[in-house]
Amino acid sequence: MPVATIAGAEVQVDDEGFMTEYEEWNEDIAVALAANIGIELGESHWQVIKFLREDYKEQGETPMLRRVSNVGGVPTKQLFQLFPKKPAKKMSYIAGVPKPQGCV
Amino acid sequence: MTTPQEAPSLVPDFGDDDTDRKICFIASKGTLDMVYPSLVMANAALGEGIETHIFFTFWGMDIITKKHMDNLQFTWLGNTAMHPPGGSKIHMPQGLAGLPGMTTMATKMMKKQIADLDVPEVPEFVQMIADAGGHLWACKMSVDMMGLTKDDMIDEVADIISATDFIELSEGAQVIFT
Repeated sequence: MPVATIAGAEVQVDDEGFMTEYEEWNEDIAVALAANIGIELGESHWQVIKFLREDYKEQGETPMLRRVSNVGGVPTKQLFQLFPKKPAKKMSYIAGVPKPQGCV
Repeated sequence: MTTPQEAPSLVPDFGDDDTDRKICFIASKGTLDMVYPSLVMANAALGEGIETHIFFTFWGMDIITKKHMDNLQFTWLGNTAMHPPGGSKIHMPQGLAGLPGMTTMATKMMKKQIADLDVPEVPEFVQMIADAGGHLWACKMSVDMMGLTKDDMIDEVADIISATDFIELSEGAQVIFT
């Protein structure tokens, strides 16, 4: 596994650059990861990222967009505005959780 | 002259610059099992940042018609690949499917299986696709044939368009018939 230095911390990432260790994540890392893909985190971004982290911890898998919208409380339209084009992948990248695996 | 090699940045390629991919689905069926393929794939395409259109035609009109979209049905009549749930080797008898009440029962079972996977029912799914930026189009010939108007359809339908219009708008797109 490659190791990357993000926001001054050494973290393990997969071949694409997604973090692989849940516990290595922190908010400074999230800010740096977001900046990597041109996103400046605002309040709504944090709401999504925190939901993703909590839900992943509880469910053992990354929620799909529908769940982020229905359970996390951020509507689909807004998710596409906050994380343009590929919201599911981008939000999981920033939240330090695996890419979602489901179909819907 | 050599310069020190930079460490690979390891930022995922989200392909934001690839804006040319475009997918058009033609949704021509209105049975519950046959509406999901285009909805699932259109939703996935939108999640990948791809420009996505769905052209609803013939029986697929039910997917966007207010009166019908929440009441699509499933029958295994004519479908020999239908087995009892749980991976059984048995084929469900075709004659059984024609008995009164069997379509209602089969529909109920399929809806439960879909819900168990946390996949939405059709109205919510269509709304999700529209919210994700999907473009929904109704087929003019079907609308005329079925005596429908724009008011019979959900507001998210962009327009009623002809076959020629669809061919024009799908230029350069990958077109998938379902």
